[in-house]
Amino acid sequence: MLNAIVGLGQIGLVAAIALGWAAKRFAIDVDEREQAICAALPGANCGGCGFPGCASYASAIISGAAPINLCRLGGSAVVENIADIMGVKAELQAAQIAVVLCQGDNSKTTLKYRYCGLHDCNAANQLADGPKLCPSGCLGLGSCVAVCAFAAISISAQGLAQVNRSRCTGCGKCVAICPRHVIRLAPAAATTHVLCSSHDKGGVVRSYCQVGCIGCGLCRKTVPEAFIVDKFLARIDYAHADLAAAAIAICPNGCIVDFSKNFPAGSRLSSPPSLVADDGKDQH
Amino acid sequence: MLYKSFTGGIALADRKLAESKLTTRGKAIEVCPIPEQLIIPMVQHIGTPAQPIVGVGDLVLKGQIIGQAGDFISVPIHASTSGRVTAVEPRWHSSGKELLAVVIEADGADRWDPAVEELKPELWTPDSLRQRIRAAGIVGLGGACFPTHVKLTSPADKPITTLLINGSECEPFLSADHRVLLEQTERVVDGIEILRQILAVKRVIVGIEANKEDAIARMQQCVAGRDIEVQALAVKYPQGAEQLLVAALLGLQVPNCGLPMDLGVVVHNVATAAAVSAAVRYGHPLIERVVTVSGPGITCAKNLLVRIGTPLQKLVDFCAGPRGEIAKIITGGVMTGQSQISLAAPVIPGTLALLLFGAADLPQQEAGPCIRCGRCAAVCPLHLLPTAIADCASLGRFDDAQAQHVMNCMECGCCSFLCPAYRPLVQSIRYAKAGILAQQGRA
Repeated sequence: MLNAIVGLGQIGLVAAIALGWAAKRFAIDVDEREQAICAALPGANCGGCGFPGCASYASAIISGAAPINLCRLGGSAVVENIADIMGVKAELQAAQIAVVLCQGDNSKTTLKYRYCGLHDCNAANQLADGPKLCPSGCLGLGSCVAVCAFAAISISAQGLAQVNRSRCTGCGKCVAICPRHVIRLAPAAATTHVLCSSHDKGGVVRSYCQVGCIGCGLCRKTVPEAFIVDKFLARIDYAHADLAAAAIAICPNGCIVDFSKNFPAGSRLSSPPSLVADDGKDQH
Repeated sequence: MLYKSFTGGIALADRKLAESKLTTRGKAIEVCPIPEQLIIPMVQHIGTPAQPIVGVGDLVLKGQIIGQAGDFISVPIHASTSGRVTAVEPRWHSSGKELLAVVIEADGADRWDPAVEELKPELWTPDSLRQRIRAAGIVGLGGACFPTHVKLTSPADKPITTLLINGSECEPFLSADHRVLLEQTERVVDGIEILRQILAVKRVIVGIEANKEDAIARMQQCVAGRDIEVQALAVKYPQGAEQLLVAALLGLQVPNCGLPMDLGVVVHNVATAAAVSAAVRYGHPLIERVVTVSGPGITCAKNLLVRIGTPLQKLVDFCAGPRGEIAKIITGGVMTGQSQISLAAPVIPGTLALLLFGAADLPQQEAGPCIRCGRCAAVCPLHLLPTAIADCASLGRFDDAQAQHVMNCMECGCCSFLCPAYRPLVQSIRYAKAGILAQQGRA
């Protein structure tokens, strides 16, 4: 009995000394700030900052390779936290949100051919530039849905990507994956958008889409500050986005919409995945 | 009797598809009338596209050069008939894009350019023959459209010892090469002799699949007294793929990412040999090819001799139009061909066939998940793992796909054909290949 206690005690003592020595000898210098930043970041590892995960973004901040305001998910609170840790002044970026600049779903556009193949927009886009006649319309095969870490995007029954505004963090992963460049980041404060991406002339747009921008320029005539018409496509100047709503009624094809009114109707998720607690509002 | 072959692949003999060739194999080549308007794309071959050297309003003669070749891996493009150039603009191409093309309004006279003349036998040297073949715009007529003169120019460290002539035509429905072998046998043999002279090789083997008994007999008769072997091959898809023909006839394996040239072997198609003969003996450039028009969606299936640039619609019209409503149009074979959006695209040297299908002929099943049966791996003639590559592609992990040797895949389609879950494996492989090339382009 006694032998066992002494024997085990000796093993414990030797191991403790060895471990204690090894801990000092092989200690890795960890910047405490890195750990603090890592803790301050949301830990979603969404990759929206351009780094593989929150830990690698934290070490990039410490090494000076990245600015402190790249975490869109965390928003201003996280940036201010990191600014405190690093002892610098926070330069806040305006919160952004992804917008699908297309409303040409399967009921409103003409197809070039019937696609049956990989359920991936990038793969479909390689076949004769996609199954839609519109060269820049949403293909609706959900490559953006697959990359969204926040379940903020869904494909409507009519085959159009739609963003849940309360879930979108503006990480920009969907913007990078979309082969048609239909998804853009816009200031979260702006709720009025021109939902079209086609630079084709008006007559051509009409030949394949009932809801495409024909570049008539009426919106610009109505509210010159808020609209830019570039190569037959109207765009909102987001610096004056608050004025843009005045042109909604004037657009002949109904391309300008205001998401604050939860437009278009019936575009909510039928059964919202329960990743983030929300009421499913602000869906578009 | 056991014929020479390779491992993997699909023996079509015991499948319904073997019957598909019976529709057209017995039909003699008919000449398709020259349409009023020919659309001659500047992209007709692998390599640098040609540059148009004619303008709107110019009068051109049959055989006149209208597109100048780019660098070494490129050939000039010729007018297929005489007429007036009405447009030089992007037009629908069978690759599914709008590409630069010269549109010619035929004058109906079909006059040859007086500059077109034969190469006198006293001037025959390997170099002059190669130049003539390039000037005539000859590309491989087996479907890949690789410029022929490039395959005839071997680097000094790779001496060529064997010339293989590919008459296997293993794809279902296709019978164009079969008819060329039967009806233009002398011309094919003459082309083989010219190719042999350029390459200075002694050993020549013509490989023909055993289901073309008449073509084998005719060929054997024609090569009597010449030093040319004729070998019957097993009826198995994809026997006509270059590296598999080398494996079947010589028992050699083309190295990873290598060419038959690395083994001292050069492979040419029978129709290419015939085109080489026409270019050298008569100076005729590549302005026409034999196209099989078949499939359940065509009223009267035929083998047609078609001018390059003829819109596909004209072929359908000449074959008494479609039977019922058309749901799918394929140029080339059903296994490796290209789906078409419309019949507006023109015939190019790579258009082996035009196949039409109605809605009832198409598979209706949706793709399901992989059931791990391993049939794709067993059938792959290159011993790749199609399902693993498809998984890498769907996850966007192109590095892993590359580690699975996806770049070696020749897209024969055996895996997709056999997959019981109807997975689009070849599309995944093409997607992975495009992704890898895009990554390399960025690097």
